[in-house]
Amino acid sequence: MGRRFVQRAGLGLMLLAMAVVAAQRSALAADNEGKPDLSGIWQAMNTANWNLEAHVAAPGNVPALGAMGAVPPGPGVVEGGVIPYLSSALAQRKRNYEMRWSADPEIKCYMPGVPRANYMPYPFQIIQGSDTMMISYEFADAVRVIYMKDPGPAPNLFWMGWSVGHWEGKTLVVDVTGLNEDTWFDHAGNYHSDALHVVERYTLRSPDILMYEATIEDPKVYSRPWKIRMPLYRHVEKNAQLMEFKCIPFAEHVLYGEVGKQEKPGS
Amino acid sequence: MAHQQHSLTSPMWIALSRLATVLVGTFCLAHAYGQSATGQASDSAQNSAKATTWKWDVPKPRDGWTVPRTRDGHPDLQGVWTNKTVTPLERPKSLGNKAFFTPEEAEKFTQASLERSDKDRRVGGVRDVINAYNAFWWDRGTKVLPNMRTSIIVDPPNGRMPALTPQRQAAMHKEMEAVKMRCQHPGCAVANSGMVVPADSPEVLDLETRCISFGTVIPMLPTAYNNNYQIVQSPGVVAIDTEMVHDVRRIPTDGSAHLPSNVRQWFGDPRGHWEGDTLVVDTTNFNGRFFGRLRAADKNLRVTERFTRVGPNTLLYQFTVDDPTAYTRPWSGEIPLTKISGKLYEYACNEGNIGMRDIIKAAREDERKAADKK
Repeated sequence: MGRRFVQRAGLGLMLLAMAVVAAQRSALAADNEGKPDLSGIWQAMNTANWNLEAHVAAPGNVPALGAMGAVPPGPGVVEGGVIPYLSSALAQRKRNYEMRWSADPEIKCYMPGVPRANYMPYPFQIIQGSDTMMISYEFADAVRVIYMKDPGPAPNLFWMGWSVGHWEGKTLVVDVTGLNEDTWFDHAGNYHSDALHVVERYTLRSPDILMYEATIEDPKVYSRPWKIRMPLYRHVEKNAQLMEFKCIPFAEHVLYGEVGKQEKPGS
Repeated sequence: MAHQQHSLTSPMWIALSRLATVLVGTFCLAHAYGQSATGQASDSAQNSAKATTWKWDVPKPRDGWTVPRTRDGHPDLQGVWTNKTVTPLERPKSLGNKAFFTPEEAEKFTQASLERSDKDRRVGGVRDVINAYNAFWWDRGTKVLPNMRTSIIVDPPNGRMPALTPQRQAAMHKEMEAVKMRCQHPGCAVANSGMVVPADSPEVLDLETRCISFGTVIPMLPTAYNNNYQIVQSPGVVAIDTEMVHDVRRIPTDGSAHLPSNVRQWFGDPRGHWEGDTLVVDTTNFNGRFFGRLRAADKNLRVTERFTRVGPNTLLYQFTVDDPTAYTRPWSGEIPLTKISGKLYEYACNEGNIGMRDIIKAAREDERKAADKK
């Protein structure tokens, strides 16, 4: 006995301690009802914000920026490759595309809407509370509250819509209505009307990869519902945090330049 | 917000607010000059009193009520809370060191302040135009705080903000003089804040007109409408969404350190920790530009906030403002936040900021007319 017992007891305690830590961790990884905890800081890693459809690299609009200002290429995130626009709606997309360097609402620091907020090149944070979830976006301080108890139909049109969530197994499904017609899906002018209805599906593929899928429906603009799909990645760096991206000061020159006497844009 | 008609994103609201800001921007110009820009409201009587370290008592939850907890064992602060009240930040000077109302005094004070802020009262002239939103569009408090205090500020004992340091006073005086000088010439306007300011470009207009800050995020002080906050918690973070311009503070409670001190933000960098059942939030790293009651503060501001659930519908909110280069002493305030059943509605401000355009446009028009006269 003696030494050997002490060693064994020590090992046992250590294992017990490890088990407790592991149990705590898995308790934290799941919320009260055993649903996955999606809390954390996430970001897409693709060029969907430039164009949801496949696109090659292209020059930017500010020659002085050279390669830095160029449009990066991407294989696209649309299921089937092409957004099924009604033929009557294609002309508007073309106009948007031609005016994109001045008409994209992102230029004006407007709240980006859904689903665009999820694949802009800025992080966002999911805070999974007990009967509500909050998604706080770095870009333009946009925010959504996802009601997990039915709050009734959208009382109005909003930039970030009206989000109602429920769980289907391990997948968070969010039904988004009440979206106004003033947002775009990307820099390329892909657009929608105020009849937009988005159904989002968030599924953890591993602790740090969140699969994101959005079904987009708008009978005024598309011939059928269509889907985008992409992984979102967790920011795992120790000092990860959302910082302020108050973009109004950066947009005022564009928004009011012609009526102001701009001396120091961006302050 | 508890009522549907108060939804500030309704088309009628947007239309009327646009109209109102157009009116403000257009008609106030001619009358703007000569009015002094409002300075920091500060009382010199007691605010040079020796700085004391204000210590909060540990708040006790209501008898027979158990604090609800989240899955990580901390008090559950979640819900929609309001801080709207007629209780002023600063105690009226006439009340001296009287810290609490009797019920009769509270009633009298409430009536008087409701009359004073009644936006349906018409006085004629340009003031009516500035007051273009009638009472329907405002959502101010209608009651004194349940703690019956005569001011939100509990320290200094006179319930008023302390004096500014001589350096800060001088700096603010210099700023004000420059504005006054500039505004002897055409091209100034009365901004949303009521201040007369140069309207040369958006950057020189106040942060509220620019939709950057209404002075309601930190500390959480009540204002004319949208006095609502939603708290959502998950392990390691407490998020507070301020309805006024949808600013979300994501407060880490994971023991992480502040951002490097050279990194500055409009609303600073908050870090939280739990002291017993109180969430204590320490915020530093401000960029030194503020709107509203903290307008005199500078980059050295540190705000300490304490959140304690004391009853099913009450979240006690206590804060201390410390900025040794701006104020001659720290000052502290307290607001019991009340839980409400309504929801937060999206307050899109920049997205519909027609007022900014019209204020600046009208200032250019004003300059053009003045030039024509010469």
